[in-house]
Amino acid sequence: MWTRLKRLYHKMGSPKWFYQISTLCSKWCMAVGSVLMLTGVVWGLAFAPADYLQGNSFRIIYVHVPASLLSQSAYIMMAVAGLVGLVWKMKMSFVVAKVIAPIGASLAILSLLTGAIWGKPTWGTWWVWDARLTSMLILLFLYFGVIAIYNAIENDEMANKAAALLAIVGSINIPVIKYSVEWWNTLHQPATITLSKKPTMAPEMFIPLVLTIFGFYCWFAVWVFARARNEVLLKERRTKWVRALVQARQHKSQIGGDA
Amino acid sequence: MFFDDLSSFLAMGGHGQYVWLSYGLAALIVAINFIGPALTRKKIIKDIERQLRREQT
Amino acid sequence: MLIALLKRDLLLAFRSRGDLLNPLMFFMVVASLFPLAVSPDPALLGSIAAGVIWVGALLAALLSLDLMFKGDYEDGSLEQMLLMPQPAMLMVLVKVLVHWLVAGLPLAFIAPLLGLMLGLADGGFMPLILSLLLATPTLSLLGAIGAGLTVGLRKGGMLMPLLILPLYIPVLIFAASAVQAGVQGTSYLGHMAFLGAYLALTLVVAPLAAAAALRISLAR
Repeated sequence: MWTRLKRLYHKMGSPKWFYQISTLCSKWCMAVGSVLMLTGVVWGLAFAPADYLQGNSFRIIYVHVPASLLSQSAYIMMAVAGLVGLVWKMKMSFVVAKVIAPIGASLAILSLLTGAIWGKPTWGTWWVWDARLTSMLILLFLYFGVIAIYNAIENDEMANKAAALLAIVGSINIPVIKYSVEWWNTLHQPATITLSKKPTMAPEMFIPLVLTIFGFYCWFAVWVFARARNEVLLKERRTKWVRALVQARQHKSQIGGDA
Repeated sequence: MFFDDLSSFLAMGGHGQYVWLSYGLAALIVAINFIGPALTRKKIIKDIERQLRREQT
Repeated sequence: MLIALLKRDLLLAFRSRGDLLNPLMFFMVVASLFPLAVSPDPALLGSIAAGVIWVGALLAALLSLDLMFKGDYEDGSLEQMLLMPQPAMLMVLVKVLVHWLVAGLPLAFIAPLLGLMLGLADGGFMPLILSLLLATPTLSLLGAIGAGLTVGLRKGGMLMPLLILPLYIPVLIFAASAVQAGVQGTSYLGHMAFLGAYLALTLVVAPLAAAAALRISLAR
């Protein structure tokens, strides 16, 4: 049992194995994610009833909430991947942590933009210092820090370790930041309507939300795999298996061109 | 179907601009995340091919 | 050994008095920009004084962080310190203590002066001093992580605010509203309790993280 686990661990650390398995996983995630997203978005946009208070603008929920949830959990995933890399010296883990950073930041930006757009019909202005939006803004700043570290440190190994450490410290701080921002918000202006907070949502509104949330997670996996595979190709470009892979592709495309 | 016809679907009861702008931005960011890595991949493979060709000659 | 290090660092800090005074002067300059930019109206200034003074304090503490490990890094003694038999986190704690004594603590003494200039209400002075005393160690502790991560970099100065400022936000929120509570004459005990708790958390996490950061930065 132990040796088996150990073998699995070494396999997971191997870039070649990761490349092969991620190609397969990526296809499945793409298929499942696309079905979920298509169903969820069509259902949410065209079939779900309008909200009695916010009217049709509530349909923004189906992109806003998945983006917010995902960018938050992506930060935690990045920290966990970094921790695994630091403690068990697993190289692939650092690669995953590195590629999550820009994706997570893009989702945080999407969450902020859709939140602002949603705010316009709800509050009458584009930006309100609402607790959730403010926490999301700070999360984006935390992503900026991690991305800045990758850009500033040229040595790859050092950048990976430094960014992992920062992500871990940041994720320890996330609960404190969230708590203090919520406390600050209730102190200054108790918002009458909170975006995306519906404890009693009708099922025909709630199910499409669940669909788009899971759909976004699947697509997120596809994006992480795609970027991680690029990193592997770049790092291993001198190895035999990458060369064989590229040659096989070349060969295939030549045959395709002749036919 | 919640809406009666296409024009009311597009209007979204007066909130059309906000809803469609949000979904447009979402589509944009999703597209960037799909297309970006694909372009990088093409570039990397092309570079490796060039390297291989240089070694063959 | 650690006491000797503390003595040496304090001596070094006091020898270069310019570096010592820079954060303080910066603090005063930043705070006096606000009346010029916003309005000299005492009522308006009084209402934003708490926030202005605390933002200034954050930036002043940030400005001096760059120096926490820099000198020792450049002359190579930092590497020697990491090889000492004592755990590296104790060495980091000494550095943090020195940074706090030199750059954090003076802010607490000069802040009341700025409070007077900005028309802070009488009730705000006590929580201002207390919150600065209680929260500037947190700023030095969290800053040590950023300083450790950027110590070997040429362009570390611009990077540090990006890394550290988001972590300072809870301090800013609770400290500034403690002063605000004092101004309004309500109890600020809860705010102080939070600042104390955050100090305790960073006291546990930050020296460990900063020591790890130094190891990473010096591993080349």
